[in-house]
Amino acid sequence: MIMASDIKESFFWSLFHSLGKKTMRVINDLGAAVIFFALAFLRIFRPKQFREIVQQVFYIGAKSSNIVMLIGLFTGMVLGLQLYYTLRKFGSEGFLGSVVALSLIRELGPVLTAIMITARAGSAMTAEIGILRISEQIDALYAMRIDPIRYLISPRIAASVISFPLLTAFFDLIGIIGGYLTGVVLLGVNKGAYFYRIDAYVDLTDIRGGFIKSLVFAVLVSTICCYQGYFTHLRTDSYGSKSVSLSTTSAVVLSCIMILISDYVITSFLM
Amino acid sequence: MKIPLIEFRDVTKRFDGNTVLDGANLNIYENEITTIIGKSGTGKSVLLKHIIGLLSPDEGGILFRGKPVNEMSKKEWDGCRAQISFMFQNNALFDSMTVFENIALPLRQTTNLKKKEIEKRVMSRLEQMELADVIHQYPSELSGGMQKRVAMARALVTDPSIVLFDEPTTGQDPIRKNMILSMIANYRKKFGFTAVLVSHDIPDVFFISDRILLLWEGNIAFQGTYEELTRLDHPMIDEFIRSIEGLKDELTGLLSKKMFRSRYDFVIDRGHADSIITAVLFGVHFDRLSDRLGSQTALEVLKTLGEYVNKYFGPLGGFSARHSRGRILTILPYLQPEEVERSVHDFAWEFQQKALPGITKGIQECFEIMVTAGITEAGPADDIEQIIEKASTKQKIIATYQCGKEDCSK
Repeated sequence: MIMASDIKESFFWSLFHSLGKKTMRVINDLGAAVIFFALAFLRIFRPKQFREIVQQVFYIGAKSSNIVMLIGLFTGMVLGLQLYYTLRKFGSEGFLGSVVALSLIRELGPVLTAIMITARAGSAMTAEIGILRISEQIDALYAMRIDPIRYLISPRIAASVISFPLLTAFFDLIGIIGGYLTGVVLLGVNKGAYFYRIDAYVDLTDIRGGFIKSLVFAVLVSTICCYQGYFTHLRTDSYGSKSVSLSTTSAVVLSCIMILISDYVITSFLM
Repeated sequence: MKIPLIEFRDVTKRFDGNTVLDGANLNIYENEITTIIGKSGTGKSVLLKHIIGLLSPDEGGILFRGKPVNEMSKKEWDGCRAQISFMFQNNALFDSMTVFENIALPLRQTTNLKKKEIEKRVMSRLEQMELADVIHQYPSELSGGMQKRVAMARALVTDPSIVLFDEPTTGQDPIRKNMILSMIANYRKKFGFTAVLVSHDIPDVFFISDRILLLWEGNIAFQGTYEELTRLDHPMIDEFIRSIEGLKDELTGLLSKKMFRSRYDFVIDRGHADSIITAVLFGVHFDRLSDRLGSQTALEVLKTLGEYVNKYFGPLGGFSARHSRGRILTILPYLQPEEVERSVHDFAWEFQQKALPGITKGIQECFEIMVTAGITEAGPADDIEQIIEKASTKQKIIATYQCGKEDCSK
């Protein structure tokens, strides 16, 4: 006869079992991803990488610049509007320039740029590498004695590390111009005060913080997206093209989560 | 004793508890074409992937020139891998690269050759594979046959000494299948590499193979020559060969060797046991033709010869099969030798006048096609190999066809 205590026991057992299993899997994946990044990073400095890196910088960086600048412009414009009305309540709308610039440089610039690149280039990285994997093209590289990690992963990580800070800088700059358009041109904040306050309150520590964040996001996004694509064949929940689509979704979701978590951690360290 | 180039010792491989290779032992020798046959899903590709190192055995070991791979240093193993090339079953071409870029990739990435030298080597391979017109196209813009040739060009561009072909002829029509096999045989002759093939194209693949390995339930059930395979009376081999050989030879439309043998035994048993039958061995110089006019024309000649033999001698009660790449044996149980002589003469005239001009139309090079035939009598005690041997010694030219150009002899 099944007793209520048995059910309770078995429920807790299976709960802990599944929790433990998931935790172990996450730890395993984390370890594997760290090793994967280390291997790829070391291979950046091997010969014949320059051309591949330049190609990837063009794809991840140059081709993402338009969308990043567009988002930057509207983010700055919205910030200009919102902050103007908030600051006016305290009679300090003259600080608009510095608040817009600090928000963008310290926080919004790196985060939104990283999320935008994840959506545009990160998902493409996962899908492309995943397709190469399921169609045996990665095996073909190995068979041709071309190290797949060197050829496919290292240039993407290097290109991300180069592109993320540059795009973040573009985002910040265009965002400040966006704030200027709404704050100064539309709502009549003093032009001189807008720029003077930026100059007075934004210092190198703020820029360095944003730069560090963008570097960390570059490493996280490129590693996660490449890792998901590279090991798409090891997924147990699906096969073939379905596994590529699920890997792409996982890569984007995981990248966004990691961007936000790491943003908090870095901010708390930089404070 | 000859040391095998590659040796498998008790290799076992499992996937999720499913044993694919179960203590497989095999030898692959240098400068030979070794063909691995076996039912679908028995682990032939898995076996090939072990050779290149894409998979490693769960148990047992692989030896390369007598040295265990797992005891080799990274540098040593890299040196071994540098000699091996792999042609994948699904081609594994990079679809975002053009044909030229696909073939140049291994040279660009693994050598320090100058740009000009890479271009020269790639173009030379492309021309050999008759792909020079499609260098700027993407793999998805090409037919399946062309994609196979691109994959083959990529596998051969680094001049490897060992080439592994995973079903190189899948999805090709009979002419293309034979063309690819001819290319492998020709390249082996020209560059002297070792080829390991996984193929189901019986009998064609047997004609170019030096050794056959039969993979059966995770083990190598047979390894030896084609002749040894045909002589071996084993129900498993019988079942397997019959299951994939079918009733007819795809290229020529003649009987398969198995069917030919059954028909011959039947004829011998049905009252011809004490009588003499006549056999004709037709032949074309396949390799010479292939070198001169390309394997496609050589195969067209062979295919047409088969069709004409069938059309001409079938109604006379004859039956035929291809016994090597360029030789067709016809048994004529109901005709006297002098009648056979007359029929062969008429056949030769028709083939020379009607068939050969059609095949060679549009060929620019100088050429001379010769068809030979050897007529022999055979008794009930003779087996097919003996008949072929006797007929081989009586070969005479029965039909020739030349391009007709004045300076041809130069």
